[in-house]
Amino acid sequence: MTPKRKQKLFVILGLVSLTAIAVGLTLYALRANINLFFSPVQIAQGNAPIERQIRAGGMVKEGSVYRDRESLDVEFTVTDYVDDLNVYYSGILPDLFREGQGVVVVGELQADGRFRADKVLARHDENYMPPEVAQALEEAGYSPADFQAKAAKVGERLEQQGVPHASEY
Amino acid sequence: MFIKMIPEIGHFALVIALLMAIVQAIMPLVGAATRRPLWMAYGRPMATGQFFFVAIAYICLTTSYMLDDFSVANVANNSNSLLPWYYKFSAVWGNHEGSVLLWSLMLAGWGYAASVFSGDLPRDMVARVQGVMGMVCVGFLLFILMTSNPFERLLPNMPQDGADLNPLLQDFGLIVHPPMLYMGYVGFSVVFAFAIAALLGGRLDAAWTRWARPWTNLAWAFLTVGIALGSWWAYYELGWGGWWFWDPVENASLLPWLTGTALMHSLAVTEKRGSFKSWSVLLAISTFSLSLLGTFLVRSGVLTSVHAFANDPSRGFFILMLLTITVTLSLLVFALRAPRVSHKVGFNWLSRDSLLLINNILLVIMTVTVLLGTVYPLILDSMGLGKISVGPPYFNALFVPLTVVMCIFMGLGPMARWKGMAAGELVRKLWLAGAASLVLGAAAPLLYSGEWDLWVALGIISALWIVLPMARDLFDKTRHASSFVAGLRKLSLAYWGMVLGHVGIAVTIVGVAIVSNYNIERNVRMSPGTMVEVAGYQFTMTELTSRRGPNFLADTSIIQVQRGESGRSFVMRPEKRLYLATGMPMTQVALRPGLFRDLYVAMGEDLEDGSYAMRIQYKPFVRWLWLGGLLMAFGGILAVIDKRYRRVTARSTAPATAGQVSSKEATA
Repeated sequence: MTPKRKQKLFVILGLVSLTAIAVGLTLYALRANINLFFSPVQIAQGNAPIERQIRAGGMVKEGSVYRDRESLDVEFTVTDYVDDLNVYYSGILPDLFREGQGVVVVGELQADGRFRADKVLARHDENYMPPEVAQALEEAGYSPADFQAKAAKVGERLEQQGVPHASEY
Repeated sequence: MFIKMIPEIGHFALVIALLMAIVQAIMPLVGAATRRPLWMAYGRPMATGQFFFVAIAYICLTTSYMLDDFSVANVANNSNSLLPWYYKFSAVWGNHEGSVLLWSLMLAGWGYAASVFSGDLPRDMVARVQGVMGMVCVGFLLFILMTSNPFERLLPNMPQDGADLNPLLQDFGLIVHPPMLYMGYVGFSVVFAFAIAALLGGRLDAAWTRWARPWTNLAWAFLTVGIALGSWWAYYELGWGGWWFWDPVENASLLPWLTGTALMHSLAVTEKRGSFKSWSVLLAISTFSLSLLGTFLVRSGVLTSVHAFANDPSRGFFILMLLTITVTLSLLVFALRAPRVSHKVGFNWLSRDSLLLINNILLVIMTVTVLLGTVYPLILDSMGLGKISVGPPYFNALFVPLTVVMCIFMGLGPMARWKGMAAGELVRKLWLAGAASLVLGAAAPLLYSGEWDLWVALGIISALWIVLPMARDLFDKTRHASSFVAGLRKLSLAYWGMVLGHVGIAVTIVGVAIVSNYNIERNVRMSPGTMVEVAGYQFTMTELTSRRGPNFLADTSIIQVQRGESGRSFVMRPEKRLYLATGMPMTQVALRPGLFRDLYVAMGEDLEDGSYAMRIQYKPFVRWLWLGGLLMAFGGILAVIDKRYRRVTARSTAPATAGQVSSKEATA
């Protein structure tokens, strides 16, 4: 082999092995770090893995938020109006966290059926129901439209009670 | 009467701009292909006119915002009469339609700049560049006019007042971050146009590279500043002190930055050694395509993120089509026209050429991993395989080790010679710097807090390994000059640009390593009188009051902070705001910035018994992150104004006008 060919061979071998390592690492990292989404109805059906990081979501159930008097521990119930999921968390809740509003929690489902959240994400959705939850309801054999309407009704009512209107000040 | 018509004038100006862009997309390209100077000469006036009319449209929209014209839907949805004027001004790009208009304005502006500063290039090359720019402009102007018209009216039922700008956007960050980022994104369109023009004309030579390099550096500098500003904004605005979230939209800006960085380096090889030509062109195409992909991700609403504005599937579809057409066409041109016979430019294993090749490979691998993590959930979702999300651990697991490997080569690169060198010479030059960075880097965490951390040590070793060899190199380069200063003067601006760029990376790495590992965060329940100690600072809440701002109400905590027992004391005032028009709550962070540490206090939620949940953070070296970004960008700009390129520009003005005259004569 001429030195030039040898050099080319090295370049190609180097490229191929680097790419292989990169793809392998990437796939490994992806497998280890993807978070699947589950709604309360899927968790109640036993579809969600226990003690593995997942995302769960639904609406915060009316009157379910309970705060510890001494610490920043908080418990609340996430519902999709079919099933409920008890969530506990320690820390600061996001600005948009409110009863009747959509919420997504990231954490692990415990053996006792409760959910230990490491992160709570709240987002105002005009339908009140996060789209993932509606899809999960549909997959579980429910008609999401009915529950969406219910979520919207509860959400609107709570919002009117909860958020002080500008004119009140 | 005239004032009432402003939105219609703006709309009409956009239509004229579109027509001019169509002419610009066709005439110069056909002219270049058929060698008709007159047709080729259409490019510049059309680029100028198009910039002029898009600017008019932009000014019209801004005027509507300033005059509170709530009959314009865009203004009604995103502004409010109570909004301060500077937020009205920037609210223009705080929404989908306006930001696409700003994007188009910048695109037209870059196109105009490219036509002004390209006098020295062969006329057919200029014509092709303008033609390609014209095509891109047509795409975006059509996008505005067909799917996102910012001048749509709400008549006859116009609202009394506007719905207000999203409180998260009512901030200085909105004024500076998007324009900088867009300048970067759009700037790569010029490089793209140069690449395609060179392919079409079969002129992939050193002159081409000399032209493409300053544009690449400039766009890259803007993008760097844009990303740094975005990170800084997220840090203080989102209220929990993170500075990079691996959010898909952030990734979308990082992707063209990575390939753009690769492009800068590969163009250096192409200019100096004549190799890597096709590779540079391919990188130019990828960089612009990734900019478009970023636009698609942000503007289509496929993502849920702080950046997602109102969603409309037709918009996503349009940009996806635009992206597909761009990628397909440019790759087709590449496949048909890329230089077949590659130059036989050999280089040794140990040479700057090969080190830059490794740099490029690493950057491309980084790009692929980030791209994969970003679009994987989207692809799975679109195929109905479930909703997943890919979290920061994935990105950290891949990006951090790759960066460390990259740093090893960054230390070697600037020291190596082109073509080849003896290993012994490199070792002689570098062993001291290598040993010093290993020892100092490993010891630095001990000095800092007495708590040794592998990642901090690795970060500091990497940073020193980038900086120390360059210091040695500076010393070598100035040793033979009459004085040190005279030696420094002799170095070119482009060299200083390289030094600053690399030092910038080192500074950012130090910041990332330290703040990620030595950050201290405490979430506590505080009421007036509560005292909390974090990292040697005592935070005492003295009072909980409320106040009224121009368009919000706020609960304010007054927090007395003292360092140690006897240190200086100062007051921090974090707020929880309620914006009146939208009813949206917002956290206003209190910051005490410093070069070596930030103190960060944010109010959480009202716990309804006179106390608040508070988040107190001590963030060492966090400023270094953005300082490094600014250094990098400054380095990029220095490289742009290097004499090498300036000479070409200065020479260019005369023949350019002469060329125009002659083409006019030809028509006469």
